[in-house]
Amino acid sequence: MNVGAADMTLLAMALPFVAAGLAPYLVRLMGHRAAWVLALAPLSIFIHFIPYAGLVANGRHVTAGFDWVPSLDTRFEWFVDGLSLTFAFLVTGIGTLIVLYSGGYMKGHPQQGRFLSFILLFMGSMLGLVLSDDFLMLFVFWELTSVTSFLLIGFDHEREASRRAALQALVVTGAGGLGLLAGLLLIWNVTGVHSLSGLLQSNEVLRQSPYFLVALILVLCGAFTKSAQFPLHFWLPNAMEAPTPVSAYLHSATMVKAGVFLLMRLNPVFADTPAWHTILPIFGGMTLVFGALLSVRQSDLKQMLAYTTMSSLGLMVMMTGFGGEHAVAGAVLYLVAHALFKGALFMVAGIVDHEAGTREVTKLGGLLRAMPVTFAAALAAAVSMGGLPPAVGFLAKEEIYSSLWHLDPWSLTFLACAVIGNALMMAVGFVVALKPFLGKRPHALGDVHEAPFIMWVGPATLGALGIVAAIAAPFTHEIVSSPMVSAVLGRASEIDITLVPHIGPPLALSGLTIVVGIVTYLAIAPFRRAVGGVLRAIGWGPDRGFDQFVRGLVRFSHAVTDRLQPGSLEVYMTVTFVAIAAALLVPMVVFGELPSMPTWPTDVTFYELTVMAIGIIGLVAVLIAHDRLTAIVSLGVQGFAVALLFMLFGAPDLSFTQFMIEALSVVILALVMTRLRLAPSDHRPTGEKLSDAAIAIACGAGFMLYLMRVTEGSFDATLSDFFARYSKTIAHGHNIVNVIIVDFRGTDTLGEISVVMVTGLAILALIRIRATRTDVELGDNDPREQHDPREEGSHGKRTYAGVEAE
Amino acid sequence: MIMHAPPLADWLVIAPIVLCIVVGAGLLCVRKTVAVHAAIAIAGLVLLVVLDAALLWHVANDGPVTMTMGRWLPPFGISFTVDLLGAVLALVSGIAALAAGLFGLVDVDDSGKRYGFFPFLFLLMAGVSGSFLTGDIFNLYVWFEVLLIASFGLLVLGSEQGQIDGATKYAFLNLVATTLFLIATAYLYAIFGTLNVADIAEKARAMDDTAPLATLGTLYLLAFGMKAAAFPVNFWLPASYHTPRIVASALFAGMLTKVGVYALVRTLVMLFPSERAELAPVIAVVAVLTMAVGAMGALAQSDIRRLLGYVVISGIGIMLVGVAVAGEGGIAGTVFYMAHSIVVMTALYVAAGMAARAVGAPLSITDLAGLYRSHPMLSALSLMLFLSVAGLPPFSGLWPKIMLVRSAIDAGSSWLGAAILVNGLLTTIAVGRVWVLAYWQPAPTPGMRREKPALAIEPGFWTEYLPLIILTGLSVVFGLFPEAMVSASQQAAVGILDPASYIHSVFPAGAVP
Repeated sequence: MNVGAADMTLLAMALPFVAAGLAPYLVRLMGHRAAWVLALAPLSIFIHFIPYAGLVANGRHVTAGFDWVPSLDTRFEWFVDGLSLTFAFLVTGIGTLIVLYSGGYMKGHPQQGRFLSFILLFMGSMLGLVLSDDFLMLFVFWELTSVTSFLLIGFDHEREASRRAALQALVVTGAGGLGLLAGLLLIWNVTGVHSLSGLLQSNEVLRQSPYFLVALILVLCGAFTKSAQFPLHFWLPNAMEAPTPVSAYLHSATMVKAGVFLLMRLNPVFADTPAWHTILPIFGGMTLVFGALLSVRQSDLKQMLAYTTMSSLGLMVMMTGFGGEHAVAGAVLYLVAHALFKGALFMVAGIVDHEAGTREVTKLGGLLRAMPVTFAAALAAAVSMGGLPPAVGFLAKEEIYSSLWHLDPWSLTFLACAVIGNALMMAVGFVVALKPFLGKRPHALGDVHEAPFIMWVGPATLGALGIVAAIAAPFTHEIVSSPMVSAVLGRASEIDITLVPHIGPPLALSGLTIVVGIVTYLAIAPFRRAVGGVLRAIGWGPDRGFDQFVRGLVRFSHAVTDRLQPGSLEVYMTVTFVAIAAALLVPMVVFGELPSMPTWPTDVTFYELTVMAIGIIGLVAVLIAHDRLTAIVSLGVQGFAVALLFMLFGAPDLSFTQFMIEALSVVILALVMTRLRLAPSDHRPTGEKLSDAAIAIACGAGFMLYLMRVTEGSFDATLSDFFARYSKTIAHGHNIVNVIIVDFRGTDTLGEISVVMVTGLAILALIRIRATRTDVELGDNDPREQHDPREEGSHGKRTYAGVEAE
Repeated sequence: MIMHAPPLADWLVIAPIVLCIVVGAGLLCVRKTVAVHAAIAIAGLVLLVVLDAALLWHVANDGPVTMTMGRWLPPFGISFTVDLLGAVLALVSGIAALAAGLFGLVDVDDSGKRYGFFPFLFLLMAGVSGSFLTGDIFNLYVWFEVLLIASFGLLVLGSEQGQIDGATKYAFLNLVATTLFLIATAYLYAIFGTLNVADIAEKARAMDDTAPLATLGTLYLLAFGMKAAAFPVNFWLPASYHTPRIVASALFAGMLTKVGVYALVRTLVMLFPSERAELAPVIAVVAVLTMAVGAMGALAQSDIRRLLGYVVISGIGIMLVGVAVAGEGGIAGTVFYMAHSIVVMTALYVAAGMAARAVGAPLSITDLAGLYRSHPMLSALSLMLFLSVAGLPPFSGLWPKIMLVRSAIDAGSSWLGAAILVNGLLTTIAVGRVWVLAYWQPAPTPGMRREKPALAIEPGFWTEYLPLIILTGLSVVFGLFPEAMVSASQQAAVGILDPASYIHSVFPAGAVP
């Protein structure tokens, strides 16, 4: 590739973000017709990538980029191979149709500009995700898709259900994203490789590593949450609170496939390891079956489709992990087929909802005459979803069955899963595609018209593509499926399946699937009741579990915080002094820094001992004093004794200062004590007194022991010698202390003067300002939180709804 | 004596501090003429940012710069030594102060201004800048005192009962911490016979094993841990941050705790590296508990100011991870996270203040509602800040977290990395709740609101949106183009782990006589 093409790719990656910035202005300017202009952005990206189709055939790839954060070895590097190119086509191709569709669907909505802007932001993030080569770049775009999805799910933010669904999706996919980040950083640490292409080339290091399994599980956390694998699937059906274009685009065609994308991308690294071939099929298979069963239970068009999406994602994960060329080919074909038919069906559901005013399948019927084009699109998509010829879904299903057809219990189990899943999905697909259009039209529906062109062009194109791609199978395989399968396998591979029927077990299984599917379709109502009854009997699901988790977390946090921050200064002080005692004594003992036993000084004089005795008497008086005033004065006695000691040891300046401070402290303390009208004596219970005494003694002993230890060594008197020698000659002062204060360390004094000034100012403010607000409630935790009677059992509601409960 | 005046560019070392003291004093002189405060204060803050930027430029190009006060030779006079760490933090704090100053113009009423809001702000910045720029450990103590008393002034400005309650707890607990710092410094002087940081660094590396430095290191860890609001000595922060004018909370949340972390890096990592290594398990446990306490506190609160206070604490835990694992990556991550936290926490409080003013309600997430509909611009900026503080891309919180997680994995303490990521998830839930309830949730029908909407004040551009845009923009720039910050913090980390150039800048001719 020459430089020009690389630059163009960078521009293509930036274009959706630019368009997102313009969207609100364009909509303000041209109304919903702005969609036509904005759709040019994804369309031109789509066109930009067409020439790449030839370049990436059979496992070859194109990379380019630039240094992004060189200090962290992070590059902004894109990696185009069969896998990422197919995704790029899906993201931009379906994106073009979705932008148009949104133009019609959200027509007249006051926030249509914002909506289109979010859609385009997502598009840019998703495109970046699938093209990323560098680990951190991948993670950044990965989380961006979660964030944009959050904004889009919560687009109807005035409804509580939307808000809840949005936060739930952000938390679940965000948690998975963090797992992915941890996994990528671990892989980086183990292998020294920080790009996907690098990892694909040197996967042996990782496989040999003892951290292999941990890294795999962490990466799977990311993939499984994003692709809604059981039991982390619950956010996906809830995400249907988003406007339908979002469901069609993010939550069926593209974003939820990011997890599958990651698995496919890493398949060459992890494949042929037991963990990969066990975990993936098991989780995928469970998701497939549960999703299909849950979808049967629904009667809302979007909910039905949502659960089948979950089911389809399970199928893709299962096939990716099952291993073998045909299994991967099946997964790849199914992925493409699913993006086309599910995108189309969601848009159809949106059109029906938009035109008829309801998505409830039991209230719909007979719309065929009014909406023939929409019906045709729905039918084409459902044929593909049901795995019937002549649609690409048929090719996918045949490939899946032929790869699973081995006569061992392991394969047969998954074959059974695939048959059940496909049959139920086929039934649900036809319920969505046929029930609203056939039969009698309920009177409640009123007058219904065909959707405008801007809306039906999307589903019609996707539905038609699903058929064309199957009819022109060799061409499809050449430009899409074969390069993609080669990329997923890590070696060149060709797919050759066509619509021409080949008699064999797969075809028989298809027949079985169709029979079961038709039976389910016909008996959908009793089926719905039966599954609903079972679910009600269980009465619990991960969705409720999520609420319980959040509620429990918040309640636990309340309990811990109230305990840790009780609001009493006494408690805080106690803990602080315990910490001080520990900080002194523990390291002194652990690191052997205790002083050696001092010898009793021989030259101690009588008056020195007397002064010490006075000090000790003062202390004892403090302890035994009956009222606070006596205690304060006694404390002064001890202070004066210290001042005398300073005097005796030749520090008259210090001594004078100490005298002043002590005198002032006694006066001020006495004043404060009387003004505060405290109880005249100390009422602590004996136990508390003892523990306080223990803490005080521990602190005092610690300070003393450490002081003895540090004074054991010889003192480096360079500074004091210098001050003594030069305070007269250079600084022209006889009093060394004064010279230190005003000259040698004058800056400190400047700071201290500022402290005094600010203190004065603060006191002035305290005295003079009259409080105007009284609404600040006391207590270190919100008192309203603590004493709220509604609190018990209502946290879940409050988590998302707040005052709505009031 | 130094016989020649230092080159003009080196005066930049002391310029931010001088500027703050002079402007603070000047504002005090015109205390009662409130009308002129705005012009003087904003001009002063802009100049502060310019000087800090020039200083960073100087240090980035020429390495650490030293200027010794009174032309005494170090270590006899007080040296101010600025390395990349100090210069980066000074500049980021300057920007945060400018933003807070702009918001203060509207958030503080006339009586607050008359009784010294702006002088307090400038003295606070003198203390903050002094802490970042000084190269003398006793002088660092002095700046701690300056910023403590200035923050006390900001805290009681209003004389409300709640404020005095909070201020009492704040003052007592912080005085204990500051006193502990002073006592530790006295011990340090007894051991080393010097207070100059470069001198200590040199002597500590030459000192034999018998010196009792482990206890000293622990004392500094406790003193600065208290300043940084690390568990279990974090009480003062949740007890006080919700009480003052919100602009004061913004300043505190941005700077105070970060000065504590800075001092921890400067002493424990730079001066006592082997003692830090011995204490590393303790610091690691403290880091994780601090993160847990912060995240859970944030989940438990419904008053946004209290909630944000706990978010500050959880960020302190993240920064302590870097101190625990050390190494270039860890320290660099901590440095970047400090800068990120200064910007984002200040901004979050400003945004909360704007929201409260705009809705005219107290700052409870159950009282605020409907901001998304009524104030899209404020909502967009707030959302970016929420994502940033939760560490989601493409904002500034992501990169330092990645650096820290990587260095934790490299150091063989993956559990610390895991703690950071789990903390990110809990923070996402906490701020997600704020977003969902205060922004997305529609405003209740009139009459249900506790406060009359008549109190609502539309945010203005110059005093409210502009500061928020400056700070949020910084977070976005750090997130999209992190290279400059990453490489600056890596260089700062190298300078801390191997202080040769720092020492050389103080003693160009070799060690002390």
